Amino acid sequence: MNNKLTISLSPHIHGGDSVQRNMYGVLLALLPVLLSSFWFFGWGAVKITCVSVLACMAVEYATGRWLLQRKASTLSDGSAIVTGVLLAINLPSNLPLWMVVAGAVFAIGVVKMTFGGLGCNLFNPALAARAFMLVSFPAAMTTWPLSGQPFFTTDAQTGATPLTLIKEAAQTGNASLLDKLPPLEDMLIGCTGGSMGEVSALAVLMGLAFLLFKRIITWHIPVSIVGTVFVVSGVMHLLHPAYASPMVEVLSGGLLLGAVFMATDYVTSPMTPKGQLVYGVAIGVLTVVIRTFGAYPEGMSFAILIMNALTPLINRSCRPSLFGEKGGKNS
Amino acid sequence: MDTILIAVIVLGVIGFTLSLVLYGVSRKFFVKEDPRIAQVADALPGANCGGCGYPGCSGLAAACVKAADEGSLEGLLCPVGGQDTMTQIAAVLGMESCAMSAKRVAVVCCEGSCAQRPDKRIYEGAQSCRTAHMAGMGATDCAYGCLGCGDCASHCQFGGVTMNPETGLPEFNEQICTACGSCVKACPRGLISLVPVDSRGHAVVVKCKNKDKGVTARNVCEVSCIGCKLCEKACESDAVRVEENVAVIDGNKCTQCHKCIEKCPRGCIVSVDMLQRAKSCKCGN
Amino acid sequence: MNTFSKGGVHPHDNKLTAGIAISTAGLPDVAVIPLSQHIGAPAKAIVAKGDHVKVGQKIAEAGGFVSAVIHAPVSGIVSKIDTVVDASGYARPAIYIQRDGDEWESSIDRSDSLVTLDQHPDLTAETIREAIREAGIVGMGGACFPTHVKLSPPPGCIPEQVIINAVECEPYLTADHRLLLEHPDEVLTGVGLLMKAAGVQKGFIAIENNKPDAILLMQEKAAAYDGITVVPLKVKYPQGGEKQLIEAVTGRQVPPPPALPVNVGAIIQNVGTAYAVYEAVMKHKPLIERVVTVTGKHLSRPANLRARIGTPMSQLIEECGGWPEDTGKLIGGGPMMGKALHHADVPVCKGSSGILLMSEEESHRSTPSPCIRCAKCVAACPMGLEPYLLAKAAERDIWNLLEEHHVTSCIECGSCQFTCPSYRPLLDVIRVAKATVTGIQRARASAQQNK
Repeated sequence: MNNKLTISLSPHIHGGDSVQRNMYGVLLALLPVLLSSFWFFGWGAVKITCVSVLACMAVEYATGRWLLQRKASTLSDGSAIVTGVLLAINLPSNLPLWMVVAGAVFAIGVVKMTFGGLGCNLFNPALAARAFMLVSFPAAMTTWPLSGQPFFTTDAQTGATPLTLIKEAAQTGNASLLDKLPPLEDMLIGCTGGSMGEVSALAVLMGLAFLLFKRIITWHIPVSIVGTVFVVSGVMHLLHPAYASPMVEVLSGGLLLGAVFMATDYVTSPMTPKGQLVYGVAIGVLTVVIRTFGAYPEGMSFAILIMNALTPLINRSCRPSLFGEKGGKNS
Repeated sequence: MDTILIAVIVLGVIGFTLSLVLYGVSRKFFVKEDPRIAQVADALPGANCGGCGYPGCSGLAAACVKAADEGSLEGLLCPVGGQDTMTQIAAVLGMESCAMSAKRVAVVCCEGSCAQRPDKRIYEGAQSCRTAHMAGMGATDCAYGCLGCGDCASHCQFGGVTMNPETGLPEFNEQICTACGSCVKACPRGLISLVPVDSRGHAVVVKCKNKDKGVTARNVCEVSCIGCKLCEKACESDAVRVEENVAVIDGNKCTQCHKCIEKCPRGCIVSVDMLQRAKSCKCGN
Repeated sequence: MNTFSKGGVHPHDNKLTAGIAISTAGLPDVAVIPLSQHIGAPAKAIVAKGDHVKVGQKIAEAGGFVSAVIHAPVSGIVSKIDTVVDASGYARPAIYIQRDGDEWESSIDRSDSLVTLDQHPDLTAETIREAIREAGIVGMGGACFPTHVKLSPPPGCIPEQVIINAVECEPYLTADHRLLLEHPDEVLTGVGLLMKAAGVQKGFIAIENNKPDAILLMQEKAAAYDGITVVPLKVKYPQGGEKQLIEAVTGRQVPPPPALPVNVGAIIQNVGTAYAVYEAVMKHKPLIERVVTVTGKHLSRPANLRARIGTPMSQLIEECGGWPEDTGKLIGGGPMMGKALHHADVPVCKGSSGILLMSEEESHRSTPSPCIRCAKCVAACPMGLEPYLLAKAAERDIWNLLEEHHVTSCIECGSCQFTCPSYRPLLDVIRVAKATVTGIQRARASAQQNK
């Protein structure tokens, strides 16, 4: 025998899953969303995506190399690319590019790397950056171009999104405002105003199907968020018609995008199915509350960020049940 | 004007009520603590290493006060602060300071570097000696020697232990070592001992714990103790004993005559010069 | 179809030798018989250097209540009583026998004829247990717990059923599968004996449905035996774990330690054990040989070999086509729970179910990266633990947290590490923590007793 034998403790085989597989899986799942945003918003969307991804990767490399003095670069795990794409699809397509770079620096440099890099961050980097940009550049972040004008960028026609209408209706109690909403099938396909990735519900659902099929995420978080929003807004709609119907609430804004791609971020979501359900329900309730009573038309990102902060607590209180402690027909 | 007045009154009432609550609570839950405990704790280094055997510095402080009330500070020692700290504590408590035993320093009893104890296989897995110890004898054929994963280094909270990548063995910095014993507890093979050093900073140590029979021990490592008993015979002060095929030196009896070192055919008995320890390492590092 | 409720993983089963009949391995020139082949106190040698022994002669006495006797697997001269590096990776005491021919004890029935329970109506639980103890039988699935101890439950526990573990959920291994196919009646008679010894009326043979031929054959044969039912189970690792198997078969969960399987009325025995019990009671043949799967993708002729205890593994590998050039790892047992061996001369023991050779490429782990908190380990854990948390606490020596989070319930199945996308050595550190916490609990219990 020529080789030295290797000794290690069991198990001696591995299932073949890897961080890369999960990250690139998420990227594949994001493909329909990206393509739809390119289709609806044109070159502006392409430019923002490229800038966001490149900026995220550059910041990750730079902070890892020079600030944290790490020998090996963590670029290859793909998490910076995922953050870049997630950040991009949360932005309006006509945003000035320097703002995108500022967002990327905040996402990777402040939210992720200062906490120790992948796996250590408390908040979802892309969402925290979006919140940062929303308070820093409120005007630019809340004027969305209408979709379906691929070849205009900065001077594209902007207009009210469904969420602004919903908010106005809810706050004035004027149900007739809701009649101005685009038809549901347009909201499903994406012919409406909004951030790059959130307009097309269909593309997001395709991504969800892929993530579930590849077992990258489980159903708990998306289903509990959407279900809760549907139920809570449904009850409110029944109480007063000025509150939008549950279907409109679910299909408008970043709800589906957030439920499928943002809230399910491994690092910042709870570890047990039980905890994930609690987390999802809380996000759903918070979203409806912020949408209806808060200052901003969209509540999804803040709801997720608030629950990110509570995730350690959820992990503490929602522990899996020990084998034999309950369940089964115990004697 | 009215609004200002209302605000002042409301805040004043809230403040007053809360201060009453705070007063009541602090009276009700007041814990009487001997003020000397805080004084003694101030004199301690505050490393909370547990080397004294008590849970943290406040634990030792409480024990000191209790012992002082009983009449003697004997047996209590802060290994980090040493004699100076204990003298200070004795002064705080109005006690005679009792003489401390000799300064002790941690020594790893294995000199089997990569060259002298070649790797026969590859160990893979968590870089922790305790895990490697569970997986078997390790990369070399010696079931007693250093595993080289550095649990002693990672458990030393003073940064006094570093792993030498060339020898694969830990190196202790005697200037930093406080003999707190964390590394002794961390080593799964019990290779680290706290050795008393004499006033010049020397100690004679058998740097091997291999309990295999002579032939086996000779085959696995060039600097292994083979239990030949030459050192035992050479010793004039009855300080060296061969037990279970390996020599052990009683540091309190050793007179540092170095006769055992001269006789040892394996070169595994070493005089450790605590002040220039790096020189005694045979590997030239 | 049933399976256990929590966690589990699906490793590729790689049963290369499932269709290869059991063949008999050559006798070793020197048999090395370790004295601790079982859980509990090591056996005490009762032969000395120079003694002549026959096959089946007792050479070591049990060293305590939880211990087992050992018999000579070959005939010859005891050449020395020394140590050997066994599967644990440490040198342990062993008896070396220089073989001279193959002379058996005359009391052993070496014929192939089947002896049924009906031919021995006089057997009582006591006599069966005694025969099992005298034959030195231990759990042959790998845990090596003395069988006679398992059949004498602590007071207050009433066994209700014997469950035969024919799950063989470890990838690669096929020894139990082949035994079922080639000796179904012997195994079933063995089950009958175990049921009688435990005083129960119900026996179950649990087989995963990746062995449809064995399920079919056993169902057909079991019809002739009273009280024995064949239970097909869905394929999932670690179904062969005692607690998981009991849940899969009966639906009942064994409470956390210190509760034993018998607390829910179940006694689990391996197929190999049932076969050995048959041979011991009906043929008076002690446990001196067993079926070992010798396998590996790079091995030229993988096989199921009936080998004597004490045969060096290198000899079995030689019989299977020799040591492949690029072997990087040698595993005693299966790839999920087996032990990486330090060299090829480790002797076959009572619990050696397989020898697996891995190529250089297969044998290395990937470099670990930071935990991404994906929760896949939590989902995979069959015991409802949180491996990511246990591993983090173990790396920082936070023993009280580990105890609070039930680290002692870990069955060391390796599902967490198998599934971890960051290749973290979760089980490596959890094992250390489990051992340390168990030690702390023991020390505390004994301190309490002394008070």
